[in-house]
Amino acid sequence: MTRLPIIVLALLLSVTASAVTAEPLNVKIGYLRRARHLETISLVQMPPADDGLAGAQMAVKDNDTTGRFLNQHYSLTDAHLKSGDDPAAAVEQLFKQDVSLVVTDLPADALLKAADAGKAHGMLFFNAAAPDDRLRQKDCRANVIHTAPSRAMLADGLAQYLVWKKWTRWLLVVGSHERDRLYADALKRSAKRFGAKIVEERVFKDTGGARRTDSGVVQVQRQIPVFTQQAPAYDVLVAADESEVFANYLPYRTWDPRPVAGSAGLVPTSWDASNGLWGGIQMQSRFTEQFKRLMTALDMQAWTAVRMIGEAVSRKNSADPKVILAFLDSPQLALGAFKGQKLTLRDWDLQLRQPILLTDGRTIVSVSPQEGFLHQTSELDTLGYDRPETQCKLQ
Amino acid sequence: MWRVALVVFAAMISAGVPARAYMAYVSNEKGNTVSVIDTDKLAVVKTIKVGQRPRGIELTKDDKYCLVAVGDDDTIQMIDTKSGEVTATLPSGPDPELFILSPDGNLLYVANENDNTVTVIDMKKRTPLGEVQVGVEPEGMGISPDGKILVNTSETTNMAHFIDTATRKIVANVLVDSRPRFAAFKSDGSELWVSSEVGGTVSIIDPARHQVIKKITFSIPGLRSESIQPVGINITRDNKTGFVALGPANRVAVIDGKTHEVKKYLLVGQRVWHMAFTPDEKYLLTTNGISNDVSVIDVAKLKVIKSIQVGELPWGVTITKH
Repeated sequence: MTRLPIIVLALLLSVTASAVTAEPLNVKIGYLRRARHLETISLVQMPPADDGLAGAQMAVKDNDTTGRFLNQHYSLTDAHLKSGDDPAAAVEQLFKQDVSLVVTDLPADALLKAADAGKAHGMLFFNAAAPDDRLRQKDCRANVIHTAPSRAMLADGLAQYLVWKKWTRWLLVVGSHERDRLYADALKRSAKRFGAKIVEERVFKDTGGARRTDSGVVQVQRQIPVFTQQAPAYDVLVAADESEVFANYLPYRTWDPRPVAGSAGLVPTSWDASNGLWGGIQMQSRFTEQFKRLMTALDMQAWTAVRMIGEAVSRKNSADPKVILAFLDSPQLALGAFKGQKLTLRDWDLQLRQPILLTDGRTIVSVSPQEGFLHQTSELDTLGYDRPETQCKLQ
Repeated sequence: MWRVALVVFAAMISAGVPARAYMAYVSNEKGNTVSVIDTDKLAVVKTIKVGQRPRGIELTKDDKYCLVAVGDDDTIQMIDTKSGEVTATLPSGPDPELFILSPDGNLLYVANENDNTVTVIDMKKRTPLGEVQVGVEPEGMGISPDGKILVNTSETTNMAHFIDTATRKIVANVLVDSRPRFAAFKSDGSELWVSSEVGGTVSIIDPARHQVIKKITFSIPGLRSESIQPVGINITRDNKTGFVALGPANRVAVIDGKTHEVKKYLLVGQRVWHMAFTPDEKYLLTTNGISNDVSVIDVAKLKVIKSIQVGELPWGVTITKH
């Protein structure tokens, strides 16, 4: 018994000594984002100015708390592109500042430019924002990890629930922009996979105009019923409107009394401010306390990216992107991210496996994968492109 | 059914009629109640209304009070075990979840998940004595048998923090697997067991060297590894057998205390959280969150002999010692 305090004392001394003498391991993380302007239909869904960045900042703080005990220090460099700025130049700039781990909030093309520019420097990227399936398929990169769920994962998460609910006849309404069509493609793929039927597809054309006007509600109330009338018998209206042109006008205004899902109504997402499951309530209250606003899906995806870095650094005591990638892309990774189970990477496309939340914006209605959708290795691989379907060749 | 009845009957006979039955107190997270189970009758004899979201639960050393952390009310309530009523509260700090008493019962250490601290409370004066800064989302609390070392696990930092209770300073940090939720010492202080809910493992730590000496992993045919989520740990006084609650795997793993091999998996109710032994270590009671019941394990036979319906989402359990 007398030995214990001596050992503790010795350890205490050695710990203090090393803390004083050794330089901390500095982990520099870049946050590369492009100014974007999204006018949402709902005032309460307007993206905050620090959307995503705040999540990364919180994770840096979380990592630093751990780092305090391990003599590791984290910092975040915010690189904010204006429209027209070259992402490749911004990557060079970050590299000059000794940053080789970069979390991105960029559209697909800009992300590819950034990743390809960083390849020569051995930089590692974390796509926290772009849902494009091509980034996980033909355009995948060996130096890009995706914490954002792909459109296919979101659509599969929604489709599983609708099929479980036996709402298998869908009226699909698609916006007229490219990304709306991409989301619609993902939804059609999901319908086919899980046995739903698209009874009709309609396009809602963006004719321009302001989102909010003083008397807009009067017109919308008349427009939407007319737009949705004379549809074949259907169970649920599924909307693909990433551009925020019409989907949020649909609920309660359809000709037939039917629920709405997809871009409005029941929405598949990686995170929602109403999620309190699996310790999520702690995450929400920590976030709200620090940033005085609610936590968005992009915040969560950025938080997850920075936490993945922290997890690798704390286990490997290295900030080398090669060491970090090797750890993350291995069975050693068991990331806790308030999703009720460990999260791991798909080694065929570097996509983070994750459950998909289904929310109406007020509560979590369900979480996919749904019971009964089985898989031989991980049920999470029933969401998105599975190994046998992949077209990705990592290089 | 008749077999269970027989076993229970036999148990009752062999136990005789005790002067005072042991009582198990079960916190029901969603029901905002505490169910009281008579461990001779193996039946609920009383239900006590408490505050919002009761989770961590422990009896004072003299059994006079049952302490229950009601996280959403930011306090720990004291239930007078004689009257069965909440008679006092403790200044626990915000959102208390798990806590532990010092071996002499004079101090209470509370994990405050929301502000990365452990609060120390003087039980005689019922006032806070101080705080210790720990990692992100402190949760599990263990204390060495001599009371000198307090161990706190932090869920997002993934560490077991060793805190010197005399100086209230952290003396060592040990990295374990993801989301460590519970810490338990062997009765001789020779080992510390820490469960990692997301990592799916139990780390056996040498408390003297602050090193993980072994990691217990679990594998159950037909269950995917993500659903094996270790939470509660209870080790018999003789340190020969450890029990680990495996959450949504709906099983309790039986571990050899010496070799750390998994000997058996016992099927209990759904989402098993925490456990408690009766003082004679005849029974181990488990709280099963989703199925709203408590499973009773016969410790000698390593068999589940009964399940007892309790309130909504049972979470923690503690049993009187006298």
